[in-house]
Amino acid sequence: MTKDKPVKVDLKQVEEACKELYIRALKVLPPDIKQGFARLDAAETDPLAKKVLGTMIRNISVAEETDNLTCQDTGVPIYNVTIGRNVEVDGVDLEAAITRGCARATGEHPLRSSVVHPITRVNDHTSCGIRIPAIHFAFSDRPEELTIQMIPKGSGSENNSWLKMAVPADGVDAIKTFVIDCVLEAGGKTCPPTIVGVGIGGSADLCVYLSKIAAIRPLGARCEDPEGAKLEQQLSVAVNQLGVGPQGLGGDSTAFAVHVELAATHITMNPVAVNMQCHAARRASATFTPKGLTYGF
Amino acid sequence: MAHYEIIAPVTDAQVRGWRIRDTVTLNGTLYGIRDGTQIHMFDRGRKTRFDLRGHAVIHTAPNVRKVAKSAQHPAGYVPLCVGTTTSARMERFTRPLMQQCGVRIIIGKGGLGEGSAAAFKDLGGVYLAIVGGAAALETTWVEAIEDVDLDDLNPESLWKLRVKGFGPLLVAMDSHGGSLYTEVNQAARGRRAAALASLGVKTAN
Repeated sequence: MTKDKPVKVDLKQVEEACKELYIRALKVLPPDIKQGFARLDAAETDPLAKKVLGTMIRNISVAEETDNLTCQDTGVPIYNVTIGRNVEVDGVDLEAAITRGCARATGEHPLRSSVVHPITRVNDHTSCGIRIPAIHFAFSDRPEELTIQMIPKGSGSENNSWLKMAVPADGVDAIKTFVIDCVLEAGGKTCPPTIVGVGIGGSADLCVYLSKIAAIRPLGARCEDPEGAKLEQQLSVAVNQLGVGPQGLGGDSTAFAVHVELAATHITMNPVAVNMQCHAARRASATFTPKGLTYGF
Repeated sequence: MAHYEIIAPVTDAQVRGWRIRDTVTLNGTLYGIRDGTQIHMFDRGRKTRFDLRGHAVIHTAPNVRKVAKSAQHPAGYVPLCVGTTTSARMERFTRPLMQQCGVRIIIGKGGLGEGSAAAFKDLGGVYLAIVGGAAALETTWVEAIEDVDLDDLNPESLWKLRVKGFGPLLVAMDSHGGSLYTEVNQAARGRRAAALASLGVKTAN
């Protein structure tokens, strides 16, 4: 079997796109989130909650009409890179190009740099710092394709993140109870309605990572594992029975959905992690192929 | 459920007249304040030249563009995107903010806790809820950044904003011990057992 010459990634194009992605993500919410709002608004029975949802929906239009950010929080910048087959790129140079794009968005738009040194709290006004932007790599079997997704993760929701190393004797009941208790604990602090991301299994670090993957998954996409899909559906109904409501001011619309992601785990372990995504559930993506660059969500 | 159109500063008697579920629209001066600002003011002894007595503060750190000072931009900053951050992190600063600076109105999202509720009752203050994450809309209510202090903390400076038709904001915590957040939280915890039962989980209570 002969293999075609690998497609080289244009790093100048990557840098430009990574700048553009940060700004795009902050300004235009993905269509699945807009549909999620319409669905919650149609079902909401609490008059105050309905008003709050109405303000959120109006804000999405105002942001687009005035070419402004939907939310002031520029978040922790995260870039998720998916490398397809037969793509050639120098990893170190790729990371540098992404970081330059992130810093340029901050300086050139300009955006508020929300990133500080964790001990000195010094802000370099670049949105960059030690290990930030967070860059994650994954691989796909799509030929000659590189995708970069940008997530400006808001701190209101990120500050409400939890890990519990439950034990096998506690069973799946411990997982369900933990999710309910996290939603209660979060109250209005996460800017509900949220997407509640739940990681189940794996090791401690993998479990937390899965909860983030779950929180940023588009609405409507299901967990690939049938047991996970069943559980996320049950949990989605249950959290909206609590009445926390939009902004924690009461109502039916506590979460757009609960999303579950799984990993196999050890015979002695039963880890569960929760990470939430706020209603400003921002994401933008760029796909590079030999035909050119296309933007999406 | 009454609605109040106000221009800050406000008096003790004014805020004590407001009850949870009332709404307030603010005009005139509004100060932007955040974690870093208050850590420096109340933990590190920094003083501000602004007179905050009777005024409203909002938990924010805006996106701004630096420009030459002009009549339109007296502080040399254009407000690009002004939104609101989660208040709960700044819970311990409510009392000193009121006691030492005379602030009477805190605007935020997600609510404050029992210590703040007690400070509002003791000292005459309220918490007004804005819709978090709706910054594009909120920005249309901001006319200008009039002045800025403690700007070495940028973006967590102490911002003096001029606002018009800022609201309606919801009185979510009043000066009589009322808190919508406590009401909602207690009701939600009361539904915990039923939500878990729907998932097939038995609880002790």
